[in-house]
Amino acid sequence: MSGDVTVGTTTDATTGTPTGTTTDSTRRSPLHDEHVALGGTLVPFAGWTMPLRYTSDLAEHTAVRTAAGLFDLSHMGEIVVEGPGAGAFLDRALVGALSALRVLGARYTMLCREDGGVLDDLVVYRTGDEAYLVVANAANHEVVLAALRERAAAAAGVVGEVRVEDRSAATALVAVQGPRALDVLVALPGLVLAAGPDGSVTDLPTGLAVLKYYACLPAAVDGRPVLLARTGYTGEDGFELFCDAADAPALWRALLAVGTPLGLVPAGLAARDSLRLEAGMPLYGHELDTTTTPFEAGLGRVVRLDKVDAAGEPVPFVGREALAARAGSAPARVLVGLEGLGRRAAREGYPVLASAAADAPRVGTVTSGAPSPTLGRPVAMAYVTPELSAPGTELAVDVRGRPEPVRVVALPFYRRAR
Amino acid sequence: MTSPELPADLHYTAEHEWLRDGEPATFGITAVAADALGDVVYLELPAVGDEVTAGAVVGEIESTKSVSELYSPVTGTVVEVNTAAVDDPSVVNADPYGAGWLLKVDVTATGSLLTAEEYAAGTAG
Repeated sequence: MSGDVTVGTTTDATTGTPTGTTTDSTRRSPLHDEHVALGGTLVPFAGWTMPLRYTSDLAEHTAVRTAAGLFDLSHMGEIVVEGPGAGAFLDRALVGALSALRVLGARYTMLCREDGGVLDDLVVYRTGDEAYLVVANAANHEVVLAALRERAAAAAGVVGEVRVEDRSAATALVAVQGPRALDVLVALPGLVLAAGPDGSVTDLPTGLAVLKYYACLPAAVDGRPVLLARTGYTGEDGFELFCDAADAPALWRALLAVGTPLGLVPAGLAARDSLRLEAGMPLYGHELDTTTTPFEAGLGRVVRLDKVDAAGEPVPFVGREALAARAGSAPARVLVGLEGLGRRAAREGYPVLASAAADAPRVGTVTSGAPSPTLGRPVAMAYVTPELSAPGTELAVDVRGRPEPVRVVALPFYRRAR
Repeated sequence: MTSPELPADLHYTAEHEWLRDGEPATFGITAVAADALGDVVYLELPAVGDEVTAGAVVGEIESTKSVSELYSPVTGTVVEVNTAAVDDPSVVNADPYGAGWLLKVDVTATGSLLTAEEYAAGTAG
């Protein structure tokens, strides 16, 4: 990298594309006009034009840690899987046990190839007995859709009827994240929760308070349907609201209006990336890709080799054989957290070295890195050889030709007080 | 992206530095560069007495999102470093042509410099 990173041709760590440019070929969020009106810096991201920041990366990051941030995530892919065979099908298509997920529960899971390589990491919501909402990364939306359709065709006749429907274009996703997120939702005019799974109808503060992390609830805002989920990607408490694209601008404005006095600010992709890094959350294309299995990423827990079908037989899910073999052997590399002891931050792609000595061998590669706004020092995630992955191990990172000392630390870097 | 106002009395480089004539001369990075970087959180600058060469890398500017190298627009000797900016790099974003200056140099030679108009033409595309 040394010598090729210059001011004005900076590469955006999140988008991998030059900042400050847009092309006409990208898709626009239903909230595009809101971002323009707010003065957001719009950048190409995974085929979309999305806000990188509105004012300041640091101010937006800090707002989410101390009050609340409002994110437009409409670029994410929403795929509905419905039908009597939906649960059994997802058990075969994904690495998790989705048939065992309770109605109105949510689960972090992955779509893998036969060789165990990760095609995408997903959050799956069970919206009904026979209905699931699969949320994919924007960059992988088409890959996930194609894989689900292909796997549904392969499972036809083995599991009950399944429909795979792409709802991405018609669906907007807005996230409210931060310690004041609950207060923002409680104050949102016109928000009404639907009956709970047991038929109970609760008032808003009670209903939101009992909505657990990684759960969702149908709701309405001014009579317009919203799926309200207590999920996020920031390391804070927060909510994600799925709604019809046409309803998104009114919802966005209502959240901003009610949230601004509580410290809510609109927040862009830059803050989203630094927040998820501090929270030790993987980002596809950085910590995860098709050459990585969930085990190297420290996420072997999402692989449910023990899941069984209705007859009690092990489910032959895609990737099962390769992942079962991986589960029993030590991975060749391990994802670790690195804390910088100096000021210069390790960035994606930089070599990890055994020490700061001139002849130190390379022992890994940085996947994400930045100066942590919350911790006030550089942090990074990296793949390193397993022998050097224990917390406390002192290593170095080649930062543009000069080694910077780092220490292996347990992930996440930041954990909110509960 | 709209370009912020460029002071007409400064020289500029294609690498997004500005230079103010004087003895010593002062330079920093443009608002275009500061905006592209995002919030600057760390500056690595040479020390007083160091020799700098026009067109050569003399430091680094790091934001949460990215990092950029700082090129010297002139050849000469560093006579002053903006330690206030090193202590609080946010001034580079807040006031890039004023309190956010980076180095003062006794100049022996200048590199390839642009007028505000020429620099603006280069960043508009």
